[in-house]
Amino acid sequence: MLLEVAGLKKSFGSIVVADALDLAIEPGEAVGIIGPNGAGKTTLFNLIAGNLAPEAGYIRFDGRDLASISPQGRCRAGIGRTHQIPQPFEKLTVFENLLVGAVYGRRSSERQAAQYCGEILGRLGLLKRANSLAGSLTLLERKRLEMARALATAPRLLLLDEIAGGLTEGECSELVTTINDIRKTGVAILWIEHIVHALLAVVDRLVVLNFGRKIAAGLPREVMQRPDVHQIYIGIEA
Amino acid sequence: MDEASSRPVQTFRIKTVGRASHAALVVVTVALLALALLPVFAGRTLIQDLIFLYYMLALAQCWNLLAGYAGLISVGQQAFVGLGGYILFALTLTGGLNPVLAIPIAGLVSALFAFPTALVVFRLRGAYFAIGTWVVAEVYRLAFAQVKPLGGGTGTSLTPSITSSAYGIEWVKTLLDVRTPAARDIVSYWLALALVAGTLAAVYFMLRSRRGLALGAIRDHETAAASLGVDIYRIKLAVYVATAAMTGMIGALIYLQKARISPDAAFSVLDWTAYVIFIVVIGGIGTMEGPFIGAIILYLMQHYLADFGAWYLILLGALGILVMLLAPKGVWGLVSERFDLTLFPTRRRLVVDDEERPIASKRPKMRET
Repeated sequence: MLLEVAGLKKSFGSIVVADALDLAIEPGEAVGIIGPNGAGKTTLFNLIAGNLAPEAGYIRFDGRDLASISPQGRCRAGIGRTHQIPQPFEKLTVFENLLVGAVYGRRSSERQAAQYCGEILGRLGLLKRANSLAGSLTLLERKRLEMARALATAPRLLLLDEIAGGLTEGECSELVTTINDIRKTGVAILWIEHIVHALLAVVDRLVVLNFGRKIAAGLPREVMQRPDVHQIYIGIEA
Repeated sequence: MDEASSRPVQTFRIKTVGRASHAALVVVTVALLALALLPVFAGRTLIQDLIFLYYMLALAQCWNLLAGYAGLISVGQQAFVGLGGYILFALTLTGGLNPVLAIPIAGLVSALFAFPTALVVFRLRGAYFAIGTWVVAEVYRLAFAQVKPLGGGTGTSLTPSITSSAYGIEWVKTLLDVRTPAARDIVSYWLALALVAGTLAAVYFMLRSRRGLALGAIRDHETAAASLGVDIYRIKLAVYVATAAMTGMIGALIYLQKARISPDAAFSVLDWTAYVIFIVVIGGIGTMEGPFIGAIILYLMQHYLADFGAWYLILLGALGILVMLLAPKGVWGLVSERFDLTLFPTRRRLVVDDEERPIASKRPKMRET
């Protein structure tokens, strides 16, 4: 088991955002998370990445309890994440953004990191922008940078938070190809996404969250056909 | 991965030093030599003015590294200026040490004090951190006011025999044929020049190192830096202790030059922090160039407006507020935006060691949308 989450609980005042959550991911597996806004999806990422502390329950990565481990420690352990709203280092270049991840997350020297970062930039189509300031990127490029930067830390688990939101159809299918490529290198993926068809093109399993609770989980097609999932999530479209 | 094997293999390289940098190194060396030789020609007033300019610039570089890069908005750096000054007085008055030797020791002691201080103030965030550092500096002030051998609350002076015992003074007297007070100023001038050059070199090489990469990331987005594996606490602690050491040495030099110390002056938030913040904000926070411009502006204002008394401070404050409102990146921010200029290059560039063809044409299917 690569990631093991059990009995996770977190609330902000009276609003429960994680309610006895269980989740398990095998190495190399891709799992999608869907759910309405406020269901606690991003909170789950913040709990896994160490930006928030749970009130109860535990998170194990590679068999190790993460409770006392800082966000940077979790990154070094192999958890890479992207943010829903891209958070580039605007006054650094695109390449330098990746370099931070490679030097600190992956712990390689700057010299070694150049080759590695260059290849990631090539794979994500950002090579032409390598030496531009990250602050000058478009939204699509920022989303790619967000992912490239997380990859630079050489993660074994990649947390993707609405990486396809706001993209055109063409950009979206390009992204799906990229993510499938990443999967082939053995990286496990946990992906929050509203664009369900993009998600279904990648993931092995689907988890549905609502009010911090896991209301359904299983094979994507089966989960999508469940009436309760339809009602709370897809209901609007049906 | 099939796609990857059909793609021509590219090799990448990192490049930090630009072509202009070697020329810049020559310019810097020549400038330093010229400044070092200046006392031979310049009058005493100019030398004294430049000493002030040098130590304010050095203090500003330290505060800029703290606040502009590491996000540590300290309002208590006077703690280390005063500490450095007092250590120098203690070592020379009661220990009989040569003042020149006392300066590095003052830096060392400041670093030692900075460590436990950091453990306390680092528990605070944002505005609370700022106020916390100020409170700590006040504690330092009150503590030194209790030390009777150093004059307690009223302070004490260095005897002329101590101030003129600094290394090099006799040498300067015979070589340049000047009296003791002028020779003292010249030695102080060289010490100040060495300290400011040392501070600039230390800050620059720190920014060029892997720590600098992390500091740039922390400056732009702290939580994102943490999620990429940057140990924020450790780097902030390193910056805090290093700047405390430099600030302590500068403080020691300032009070060697003044030859008189008192708790109220040595731990003055106005003199050693407010002016320094003014310099950094006016010049451009988060850049190494900004403090240069800010220090020169402060010097000019002090030089030409000092006769206006309180109006000088009112003008200073008004200018500070105006710059914050209209040009939050400071004067250097305006300049660098327009001309894409940098005097202290820290950029790391990615270079593709390919065949001659440009990057874009090698991967035609990449950006169709």
